[in-house]
Amino acid sequence: MPALPGGFELPASLRLTRVGSVDAVALEARAADLAGRSIKKESKLLALDLAIRCMDLTTLEGADTPGKVTALCTKAIRPDAQDASVPSCAAVCVYPNLVPTAVARLRGSGVKVASVATAFPSGQSPTAIKVREVEEVVAMGADEVDMVIDRGAFLSGRYGKVYDEIVAVKEVCGAAHLKVILETAELGGYDAIRRASLLAMAAGADFIKTSTGKAAASATLPIQLCMLEAIRDVHDATGRRVGMKAAGGIRTAKQAVQYLVQVHETLGLAWLTPDLYRLGASSLLNDVLMQLHTQRTGRYQSLDYFTND
Amino acid sequence: MTDIVPAPAAWEYAPAPESRAVVTIAPAYGLYIGGEWVEPAAGERFATISPASEEQLAEIAQGGEEDVDRAVRAARAAFPGWAALPGAERAKYLFRIARLLQERAREFAVLESLDGGKPIKESRDVDVPLAAAHFFYYAGWADKLEYAFPGRPQPRPLGVAGQIIPWNFPLLMLAWKVAPALATGNTVVLKPAESTPLTALLFCDVLRQAGLPAGVVNVVTGDGRTGAALVAHPGVDKIAFTGSTEVGKSIQRAVAGSGKRLTLELGGKGANIVFDDAALDQAVEGIVTGITFNQGHVCCAGSRLLVQESVAEQLIAKLRRRMEKLRVGDPLDKNTDIGAINSAEQLARIEELVQSGRDEGATIWQPACRLPEKGFWYPPTVFTEVAQSHRIAQEEIFGPVLSVLTFRTPDEAVEKANNTPYGLSAGVWTEKGSRILWMAQRLRAGVVWANTYNRFDPTSPFGGYKESGYGREGGRHGLAAYLSLEEAGVGGGEA
Repeated sequence: MPALPGGFELPASLRLTRVGSVDAVALEARAADLAGRSIKKESKLLALDLAIRCMDLTTLEGADTPGKVTALCTKAIRPDAQDASVPSCAAVCVYPNLVPTAVARLRGSGVKVASVATAFPSGQSPTAIKVREVEEVVAMGADEVDMVIDRGAFLSGRYGKVYDEIVAVKEVCGAAHLKVILETAELGGYDAIRRASLLAMAAGADFIKTSTGKAAASATLPIQLCMLEAIRDVHDATGRRVGMKAAGGIRTAKQAVQYLVQVHETLGLAWLTPDLYRLGASSLLNDVLMQLHTQRTGRYQSLDYFTND
Repeated sequence: MTDIVPAPAAWEYAPAPESRAVVTIAPAYGLYIGGEWVEPAAGERFATISPASEEQLAEIAQGGEEDVDRAVRAARAAFPGWAALPGAERAKYLFRIARLLQERAREFAVLESLDGGKPIKESRDVDVPLAAAHFFYYAGWADKLEYAFPGRPQPRPLGVAGQIIPWNFPLLMLAWKVAPALATGNTVVLKPAESTPLTALLFCDVLRQAGLPAGVVNVVTGDGRTGAALVAHPGVDKIAFTGSTEVGKSIQRAVAGSGKRLTLELGGKGANIVFDDAALDQAVEGIVTGITFNQGHVCCAGSRLLVQESVAEQLIAKLRRRMEKLRVGDPLDKNTDIGAINSAEQLARIEELVQSGRDEGATIWQPACRLPEKGFWYPPTVFTEVAQSHRIAQEEIFGPVLSVLTFRTPDEAVEKANNTPYGLSAGVWTEKGSRILWMAQRLRAGVVWANTYNRFDPTSPFGGYKESGYGREGGRHGLAAYLSLEEAGVGGGEA
């Protein structure tokens, strides 16, 4: 085992005393209870505004081109062409080859460039190649790196390999923030998701992230809750705040509000900032804009008034 | 990582009240006897109020001895016809009632929260759906009674059942009692609780819609005197009571030697037992549900927490943090977690017991929460450093007040859990399956939940040991309380 990365040199007394376990029935019941919160009026406006500020606007397609990415970056900077009071998104998330395009368009805007890396989405490449890929995206100017864990290693019990890879990637990230994608749908249950969450945090993740969006299933409310509880335990034990990114399958403003309510009632207000919470989504933004418009004016607007990018 | 973008300073949820417009409350109600609304003989009425605002909701009839007699005679007159109906025909009425409860669910949920103070999310998601589920379930049994008890092929109904229900789950307790009584061919005189009669009165309208024959179900409202008159009436064949152990004992004395059958579902002092290998965050959810569900007005509430000493500190810290998030307030607000205490009387009892906890030296903790000015409210409360001999560890508080004790070994957990006069419920939290079974064998409690708490289902029998009462409600067992199960060939009835 290599030394723990910066920020995580724990005295033995402060380490998590045990990995702990998760009870699926009670976890899902709590997630359902929180999903039932009724968020109205000004409290909904706050949530919708927050959803945009915490959004990683994402395009991860084989057909992505500089033109497509430039358009998406423009949307991220100013989501609503008609309304300058709508905040910018947190970041634009792209494949490595599109990083220079995104960097060029987003320079000076405050919107970050996030790049997926480490043989996204499978993670099934030699470690050296993954590390090299991260070096390159950082050199091209990515502010954030969304890496995937090696699920093959995790599922075969080679936790050390998973850990070492995260540590190695973190070392070459430099100033870039590291989000570690667990691909929860492939891990086989909440206990494993909790274990992978703690492993990633111990190895130096700045964020833990649910999914690539490429697997059969993506983020769910109980999965996020399971990961938030792991983040809370790390904070309790060490004082360190690790971020959370829910990604995949979040398409409606209503869902986004449910995810935010869960963060609010599990980790508290401190996590309700793009520095510690992200929603990764490709098609969520227009629904949030439409709901925001509706809340403000009391009327629904036709979809033709929101740009498709 | 330093914050670049500040988090919001606060995120207050805007009020999200369920509309009261779905339900119409009459200014005054009569008694429902023989399928009709009748005036109480003495003309006496009392007010039912909303415990959240203390506003008067309606005037309720005070049923006297004469009214009870009239109701029992109506039930007696309806009995032969009802008992003689083929089971499949009785089932049709029960199915109809169940569907009507579902169709009018919002109305019942709003009314239940208004009259009783429980959060709308509970009346909407638990009380009303479960009440409907009980009618659906027992409808299914109505034509299969001869197969329910092997070796007892000719079960016969008992006659007139006098049913006295509590204020904590007014509609649900009605369903627990009325559904099996009707399925088995009995007729009913029901006495709802004094402080929460409105859903039972609305239920009479469901009976009318369902076309239930007159007199099969009669509802006589009133206070303890009405209940006593029902218990004492010679025309009643069976008494089913849910409520306090004190009243249960007096009922038992009153029916002794009368030949009346009796089932009692009384108090409890349930223990939630958390082992060090439990999923702690989920155990916290179960503990919170166990003690705050329905403001702790639950006979099977997990009012004691027994936690293994090695994780006690961590668990209690998690528990407190979680309890700080509980939202106490308007029962009709969809975001309310804890509603109003049911009555001024109950609030006084909670306050008295909490004071005894302080006086006896336990450490009290309550989250900072704003309570509304009007109405009856009590914040969630956790006592630590509780000794087994404290009153708050032995007596039923019936409020959102949790007493925390610790244990070192499984044997000690069992001993402490069993060491109260009650025996209604327990919860076991551990990831080890064999330990769950080991504990369940040793806990003297009618219900033992494993890694969950306060889960109810019509198929599952519910009832107590010791001072928690006897008899079972729910499931196949629940039928037995309303049937005469003579040996094959002995009985000659044809129900």
